[in-house]
Amino acid sequence: MADALVEAIADLKEEEAVRIARERLGAGEDPLKILEDGRKAMEIVGRRYADKEYFLPDLIYSGEILSKISEMSKSRLLKASQRQRLGKCVIGTVAGDIHDIGKNIVVFMLDIHGFEVHDLGVDVPPQKFVKKIQETKAEIVALSGFLTLAFDSMKETIQAISDAGLRGRVKIMIGGGQIDEKVRDYSKADAYGTDAMSAVTLAREWVGAK
Amino acid sequence: MSGEKSPEQLYEEREKRIGDAIRLKVPDRVPVLLGFGYFPAKYAGITCEAAYYDPAKWRWASRKTVLDFEPDFYRAAIGAFSGLALEALNTKQMKWPGHGVPPDHCHQFVEGEYMKENEYDALLSDPSDFAVRTYLPRVFGSLAPFEKLPPLKTLSFGSATTLISQLATPGFAEAFDLLLRAANEAAKWSSAASSFDDEMASLGFPCHARALSQAPFDVVSDYLRGMRGAMIDMYRQPDKLIQVCEMLLPMLVERASADASKGASGRVFIPLHRGADGFMSLKQFETFYWPTLKRLILALVERGLTPSPFFEGDYTTRLEHLGELPKGRILCHFDVTDMSRAKEVLGDRLCVMGNVPSSLLQIGTVREVKDYCKRLIDVAGKDGGFIMTHRSSIDEANPANIKAMIDFTKEYGVYD
Repeated sequence: MADALVEAIADLKEEEAVRIARERLGAGEDPLKILEDGRKAMEIVGRRYADKEYFLPDLIYSGEILSKISEMSKSRLLKASQRQRLGKCVIGTVAGDIHDIGKNIVVFMLDIHGFEVHDLGVDVPPQKFVKKIQETKAEIVALSGFLTLAFDSMKETIQAISDAGLRGRVKIMIGGGQIDEKVRDYSKADAYGTDAMSAVTLAREWVGAK
Repeated sequence: MSGEKSPEQLYEEREKRIGDAIRLKVPDRVPVLLGFGYFPAKYAGITCEAAYYDPAKWRWASRKTVLDFEPDFYRAAIGAFSGLALEALNTKQMKWPGHGVPPDHCHQFVEGEYMKENEYDALLSDPSDFAVRTYLPRVFGSLAPFEKLPPLKTLSFGSATTLISQLATPGFAEAFDLLLRAANEAAKWSSAASSFDDEMASLGFPCHARALSQAPFDVVSDYLRGMRGAMIDMYRQPDKLIQVCEMLLPMLVERASADASKGASGRVFIPLHRGADGFMSLKQFETFYWPTLKRLILALVERGLTPSPFFEGDYTTRLEHLGELPKGRILCHFDVTDMSRAKEVLGDRLCVMGNVPSSLLQIGTVREVKDYCKRLIDVAGKDGGFIMTHRSSIDEANPANIKAMIDFTKEYGVYD
């Protein structure tokens, strides 16, 4: 049963998922098919997260199960997913801030929803964003921040993107625990969000995906 | 007008106002808390670094902040400590202004798996041994030689000579030197900083709390396993995770009770991190987070103390659980939780405090701040049981907006 693995991962049944994957690999099945099932399972996980059926522990645990299975398949999931990407996104936590929980969920959700995500990590200076946008030709930029000092860092980052003549080419979203319309207006971002699903909705809207 | 009253009278008046609100009696007006964090740096024109390296200057800026804004009570920067002591210990768990983060930024916590997934049994069977030989060497690089100690229980009752010869090795001598240096620096820093609350009391200003505690789950998540580790443990070893929370509970109660006895108010600040709506499901909250947090709060109340949890993030779906807490004995500070819903669910049981957005205080106008405060007082302040304050940090706030929040509350928040 091809769906048994998808189901086991999506239902967070680690032992079962590992057992099925091992059996299928042992029977000589193409590891890429296993990884493709893993991707399908992650889509279900993402949907359940969006529906508030799953939360952060479930998301983290599903990633843990998947990486175990990817490891067994001796191939990276990223390589397997040669499918068409909806668009490119450069993301990072802005300068001065090292919080990454929210950003990492957004990276995860954008990835499983078909975006090519370039994660610059935390405490990212404005010029690093600019360089990455030039290099990847990404059309979406996502700035994350938890501290109140991030308001200014976001503003400075967006200014740097404008100064580099890239503002017309990208749509910029900001997000974080204390982010609201006030901060969006202040930073001159195009939109803001306070959860990972709104990042996906915005990104899909911006690349014209249905 | 306030100039006619003595600081003692003002202190009593403010404590009564706060106490009335907490006990759900209608006070003379809505009290207001200023949890200023690193705000004094920007306000007084110094850097946050002073909180760690120049306690006298930091104290001056903090005092100026309280005296200029005159809140009913205040909360000073949490986490500030002697920078030189932290350096001597080679502290891994924190970056602080001037050391890892720029001098004008706030400190930031460096979370990690300082306890590994297979170490629950070691912690449960002998927590002191685990702390000394495993945990402290990981969070303080200078104490790394402690890892080489034999199990502490083998050293007790008669075999002290083993310990003494162990301590003579070069690594230990250096570790003890650094520990002593850290202790001396900490003592210097404390003597300049710690009596701040006494001084402010003598000037008429109560502090929010002299004791701090945490939810047992947060102790595991923040300090021991890291968020990721703790969340995976919810699946892979849920019983052990709960056992550790149970083990931590009496330790936390004891510690908070001892600290709270230093101040007359008996308030205990409990900043909460990982129990919010966005972090875990209601079911997970009910399994891993709430049971030991609730018992912590109840145990503190039983000792005559007043727990003051800060529900960081959104707790709107958890409000019914908070309603299980004893009436009029808790001060609940909310962050982004819907305040009208909080008032509706908890209004006849618990005092609610909150929640002017940081963004508004930082980049909004005075008019907008006043409008927000007016709505809060109208809705959450109805019939008492409400204290005005901001959400989380106001480190970067515009002083004019802080002033507006406090002065407007004093003017509009008067009960007839």
